[in-house]
Amino acid sequence: MIAEYHQRDRRMHPPALTPDYKTTVMRSPRLPLLSVENSLSEISGPTFSHAALGPRDNDLILNHTGEAAIGERTIVHGRVLDENGRPVPNALLEVWQVNAGGRYRHVKDGYLAPLDPNFGGCGRCLTDSEGNYHFRTVKPGAYPFRNYSNSWRMAHIHFSIFGAGLAQRLITQMYFEGDPLRAQDPIAQTIPDDTALERLVAPLDLNASVPLDCLAYRFDIVLRGRRQTLFENKLEGA
Amino acid sequence: MPLTDLPETPSQTAGPYIHIGTMPRLAGFTPYEAELGRAIAGPNCPGARVTIEGHVLDGTGAPCRDMLIEVWQADPNGIYAHPEDPRRADLAKDFTGFARIATDFDTGTFRIETVKPGRVPGRHGRAQTPHLNLWLVARGVNIGLSTRMYFDDEDNHDDPLLGMVEPPARRETLIAAPKSESRYTFDIHLQGPQETVFLDI
Repeated sequence: MIAEYHQRDRRMHPPALTPDYKTTVMRSPRLPLLSVENSLSEISGPTFSHAALGPRDNDLILNHTGEAAIGERTIVHGRVLDENGRPVPNALLEVWQVNAGGRYRHVKDGYLAPLDPNFGGCGRCLTDSEGNYHFRTVKPGAYPFRNYSNSWRMAHIHFSIFGAGLAQRLITQMYFEGDPLRAQDPIAQTIPDDTALERLVAPLDLNASVPLDCLAYRFDIVLRGRRQTLFENKLEGA
Repeated sequence: MPLTDLPETPSQTAGPYIHIGTMPRLAGFTPYEAELGRAIAGPNCPGARVTIEGHVLDGTGAPCRDMLIEVWQADPNGIYAHPEDPRRADLAKDFTGFARIATDFDTGTFRIETVKPGRVPGRHGRAQTPHLNLWLVARGVNIGLSTRMYFDDEDNHDDPLLGMVEPPARRETLIAAPKSESRYTFDIHLQGPQETVFLDI
């Protein structure tokens, strides 16, 4: 028996069209999405093993050259749970971000802040059996982007998350507690419900910091949960 | 509203630099020994080799040159490389079913090289005709877009998902056209008169 996922509550997510983030205007579908019941195609999805990852993949301070990157040394950690509160083990998290000055290591980024020769800006890890993950990085800087003439992104780390199946696939961004740019960041503000946005803001977690070394922030992630099966609803042929 | 304990984490756009986190060689550096999603089917996988080429077009008709497409598909016998597929023990060799495909930074073209999937079991005893599951993210896309790609040279008339698409003319937006033997063309329209059918899975 295969358990279906709960329907996605799209009111918690940004709509496709958010004109204050101008690029969405020409990239947003305008017709209703076709709602489909889960089949094996949606319940399955790629899965990953530790064998595919390297030992420094979750250490952005060191994983570019082996020499320490410049910036505020920061641990980011948390748990990946589903909507039913169950841990999601073996979830693949991939992160990417600017350096401490706000510059991406990407052939298309031309922001005037310099690259840090010792910072690549990407990392990845798998959650353990209890859904825990952690990685180490430098706190990303804020940076301007072309939207309005003076639009800025609040400091953020991009997260890509694979759970157990395609239905749980999610890309999001983590923000930092107390960021003064939050109210005017056109991308953060695509989320219509401020309490939903608040769930992307990682609080400082001093207990997880390393004294004389590194601060810590906690970011828990919730993926879609599975329906508790009260009635037989078997996927035929499965 | 579903009766759940915790609300799902909200989506945010992947932005223009998603390659850094997912395909860093395209961003200009190679931090990992092996990037994930390099090939759906390796050289020793059986099945009919096919190539699909196309563009992802925005509302002005311009190709998006920063799109990431994730492909997930079953093997030539319709088996997914996933622990919940009851037939997984018979999965084709040298097959992952997963690839990441970026549109070209200059032309916006994408190219998927794979083996044709088989029919996949569906609900209520109805098989699903061969298809690729696609997920699109980029700058200007606030939440990943799910869709499917079917093959025009398959008998798609009884596919349960295609049968739900109304009006029927929109079903064509999910079907790749044969260009020559083993080559197909498939364009994805984010909006406009030919808007692709996107799915809430």
